[in-house]
Amino acid sequence: MQAFTTHHGLVMPLDRANVDTDAIIPAQYLTSVTRTGYAEGLFTNWRYLPNTREPDPAFVLNMPRYQGTSILLARENIGCGSSREHAPWALFEYGFRVIIAPSFADIFYNNCLNIGLLPIRIDTELVGSLFVETAASEGYSLDIDLAEQSITTPGGRVLNFALDPFRKNALLQGLDAIGMTLQQQDRIAAYENRRKQEAPWQFA
Amino acid sequence: MDDRFSTQPRTLFEKIWDAHAISEEPGQGTLLYIDRHLVHEVTTPQPFAALKEASRRVRHPEATFGMVDHSISTTPIGTYGKRSNIPVLDPARALQLATMDRNAHESGIRFFDIDDPRNGIVHITAPEQGITLPGMTIVCGDSHTSTHGAFGALAFGIGTSEVEHVLASQCLRQSRPKAMEVRIEGTLPAGCTAKDLALFLLGQIGTNAGTGHCIEFTGSAIRALSMEGRMTVCNMAIEGGARAGMIAPDETTFAYLQGRPFAPQGAAWDKAVAGWRTLRSDPDATYDRVLIVHCDDIAPQVTWGITPAMVAPVTGKVPDPAQFSDPKQRAAAQRALTYMGLAAGTPIEAITLDRVFIGSCTNGRIEDLRAAAAVLRGKKCAPGIRGMVVPGSGLIKQQAEAEGLDRIFIEAGFEWREPGCSMCCAMNDDRLAPGERCASTSNRNFEGRQGKGGRTHLVSPAMAAAAAVAGHFVDIRQ
Repeated sequence: MQAFTTHHGLVMPLDRANVDTDAIIPAQYLTSVTRTGYAEGLFTNWRYLPNTREPDPAFVLNMPRYQGTSILLARENIGCGSSREHAPWALFEYGFRVIIAPSFADIFYNNCLNIGLLPIRIDTELVGSLFVETAASEGYSLDIDLAEQSITTPGGRVLNFALDPFRKNALLQGLDAIGMTLQQQDRIAAYENRRKQEAPWQFA
Repeated sequence: MDDRFSTQPRTLFEKIWDAHAISEEPGQGTLLYIDRHLVHEVTTPQPFAALKEASRRVRHPEATFGMVDHSISTTPIGTYGKRSNIPVLDPARALQLATMDRNAHESGIRFFDIDDPRNGIVHITAPEQGITLPGMTIVCGDSHTSTHGAFGALAFGIGTSEVEHVLASQCLRQSRPKAMEVRIEGTLPAGCTAKDLALFLLGQIGTNAGTGHCIEFTGSAIRALSMEGRMTVCNMAIEGGARAGMIAPDETTFAYLQGRPFAPQGAAWDKAVAGWRTLRSDPDATYDRVLIVHCDDIAPQVTWGITPAMVAPVTGKVPDPAQFSDPKQRAAAQRALTYMGLAAGTPIEAITLDRVFIGSCTNGRIEDLRAAAAVLRGKKCAPGIRGMVVPGSGLIKQQAEAEGLDRIFIEAGFEWREPGCSMCCAMNDDRLAPGERCASTSNRNFEGRQGKGGRTHLVSPAMAAAAAVAGHFVDIRQ
């Protein structure tokens, strides 16, 4: 996984709660056997004019002021619904590196962390203030510092966020999660041996 | 982590978590052992390719069960002889299915291929086969994995990277979620099913209430449900934001499981049941959150909007967005009405339909088919209604045919199709055309879920069947 330390990026506001993963990347893209090729499918049903590949100028992703965006500002419960990791893949491939929202659906939150797309949870009121500031200035950008767990606005306001220490560490170092777990093979085997005695029905 | 010496009262969730925690170090999350890994064609191509590239093997092929369900066509076999003879016209889907076949055979995982009668929707086949057992940790690259919690298992959906992790190590590194109790008291009234209970609950708590929690469903109404009903409720837990939902096992659970192919047999069965009887929350255990719901007076439910929580009783009306005091809820309701093509104040019973879909991991089991058939016996679909019944597995299809249910569906004008996820998720040929309105026994009514521009109303199987006959929603209690 690509390491994440700091990021400076243009913010794009997606002003809708409960954005589900079908909206982020619809089912027709889920037949692919690759991890890439999803950027053009991002927000398909909102992004393009009906039955075309013509961008709908009314959708925020297509607006000139948000071209080059890398920070998604969202509302409650972003990423709800299907567990498809294709959703964060599409966002990452398009260029997003950070998502800021008051709440994230659990599976989506984990999927983002697993691919190095930083999901930041902050209070609803603070998110609201960022929406206002983003709308007010074209080119509105934020500075994210993962080690400090901070967001700094253009005006110098610092917002702090929480993150599980093991997740933070994995992101900072760009760790290979599987490699790390496989270093514990002895402990896994010891667990299996003990458990086979206690609860043999657990084993196929 | 050793649960043998714990003296603190613990919830069922904590007992299962503690029993599977290999290590739990501060700042490291929990390394959780996974007993059963269910896999299907959508979320396995990338993990298997990555394992190969890293020269890693599947650690426990015997604990990994593969099926094909999302992408497969449900077209009746007809003159083709068997399902694998039916050509897959879409090259991407053909490749995805061929990739599943190849990966399954190369890795040696247990695999029910498309011609195997045991194959079906993963969350229907695994319980039916006794692969799902109480007290287990069960994961799958699919959000409705919560279904298996009905057996008192800790079961949750995972993403593709986590699928790869489990294949390689049989473990996951996780943060411990909180525990929430949803206690449902009372008796479900006649005409109301587990599906109505689940939809009613979502209408009460919303789609975010369970986020960060594992929900344990308790209470008299839950105890009274059959295993299939419990699976329907746990299936929908994810729609309330809870990654996992569970119901403590009891005699109903053991009776369902006894004799199933992958369940323990003989002396091993007796030992297992003795262990499973301890799988319940301790009387003094505390949950992080408790919700109590009474279900004596609920009515059959119908969703009107674009989340499963936008739901009303069939006797109710499409709401007026102006009645929502919160401006965000008002805007969301307005957007829902626009997408769904509904006018505020329309009685639910006045909503006319184009299609009816009976199936999915929520309601594609034999009791669901029986409930629909009971409504359809001797009746016909209203003109203009295109109805489909998709059994959840090959064995359910066989059982339904043995009971003559297929004849009832066909005589009523429904298509009787082969097992698969079908029109729940628009990943195969079964999908709504833009603007088509569907009464569906599935689990999600998001914009475009069943096909771009498709309008989904979630209901129980009996409600879907009755709507097919009438051409619009009806109160089946009448």
